[in-house]
Amino acid sequence: MANDPIHQFQIQKIFPIEVGGMDLSFTNSSLFMVLTVASAAAFLIFTTSGRGLIPGRMQSVSEMAYEFVAGMLRSSAGTEGMRFFPLVFSLFMFVLVANLLGMFPYFFTVTSHIIVTFALAMLVIGTVTIYGLMRHGTKFFHLFAPSGVPPVLLLIVAPIEVVSFISRPISLSVRLFANMLAGHITLKVFAGFIVSMGAAGGLSAVGAILPLGMTVALTALEFLVAFLQAYVFTVLTCMYLNDALHPSH
Amino acid sequence: MAGDTQSNAELNTELHIPAEEHGAGFPPFDSSTYASQILWLALTFGVFYWIMKNVAVPRIAGILEDRKDRIAGDLAEANRLKQETDEAIAAYEQALAEARAKAHGIASETREKLKAEQDARREKAEAELSEKLAQAEKHIAGVKSEALGQIEEIAGDTTSALVEALMGKAPTKTDLTKALKSAMN
Repeated sequence: MANDPIHQFQIQKIFPIEVGGMDLSFTNSSLFMVLTVASAAAFLIFTTSGRGLIPGRMQSVSEMAYEFVAGMLRSSAGTEGMRFFPLVFSLFMFVLVANLLGMFPYFFTVTSHIIVTFALAMLVIGTVTIYGLMRHGTKFFHLFAPSGVPPVLLLIVAPIEVVSFISRPISLSVRLFANMLAGHITLKVFAGFIVSMGAAGGLSAVGAILPLGMTVALTALEFLVAFLQAYVFTVLTCMYLNDALHPSH
Repeated sequence: MAGDTQSNAELNTELHIPAEEHGAGFPPFDSSTYASQILWLALTFGVFYWIMKNVAVPRIAGILEDRKDRIAGDLAEANRLKQETDEAIAAYEQALAEARAKAHGIASETREKLKAEQDARREKAEAELSEKLAQAEKHIAGVKSEALGQIEEIAGDTTSALVEALMGKAPTKTDLTKALKSAMN
């Protein structure tokens, strides 16, 4: 069981809840969602409670996170896009903290489940679609007909645009999910090698240094991936929101 | 059938998957957990969004805004002070230029005054000198004419004495004068 790289993704019920035949239990996944939200919110609120004109180290981190996301949103969706800032900032912080929490041994990675990332992606696409339709009405469909394209080509381009729009939530969610899943499996496999090679004894135990080095390197890489995937998720969110604000490319 | 169970059990031990979880398969694709995950994600993310929107984001935005205002205010204050300094420098330079012009004026005025005084003194001295010169010339002329007058007398006396010694008889005054006049001319 200790060597099973998939075991870390198991969902275990902590408080079984069942409503109308539906399993709505509070699971380890739910626990880590709560932990993610609590630690992210607590960090952002406590570090800024001093409201220092000259920020301390921790306050700087919160401000940097804010300005990082604000810069991203402003550069891809313009000043108008800042109305979505709380959503984009929440998404970034949630994904980032969930990814980073997942780096602790024995911790559950919320974002390693496709349903979670898919739900977040649908939230983004839902916001884009509903806001786009509310704001621009049928003009929102100009998204599928880029300006300057000859009418004949539109017959080909429009379906491609439609497909690309529909595939957005899938690519957005699968990218994050697959990165987290694969990274954690790889880490677990290499860490497992250390144990089994060490247990074999002799020359094999000495050779266990290789997977150990690999595990250290992979851990560093996984921290990078944890940040990078949060960043990518947010950047793409910003670009999709830009489509809702300015559908005619 | 018994063999199948046997091999299944063996497979389970090999993969270290507990028998009760085996049926669930790969956990992320186990749709029986989806409802719970979506519900809890919606709840937690909803709360998180609410906290971000109402507490964290306005607070950080406020901090950044305050800092921006403060920096802008400080810059404006610095600009104002710089302007004041520039004005003070300009006023100082103007005062300096004025003082210089005034000093120049005073200097040239003094120079003029001194020159006038000097000229007056020199003129006075010159006048005195020329007066003295005239007096001296007059004196010399007086002495000269006096001396010349006495020459006639002396010559007359001498001539009279000579004539008396030669002829034993003094000439008359009229003859003497006539003779002297012709001799002197």
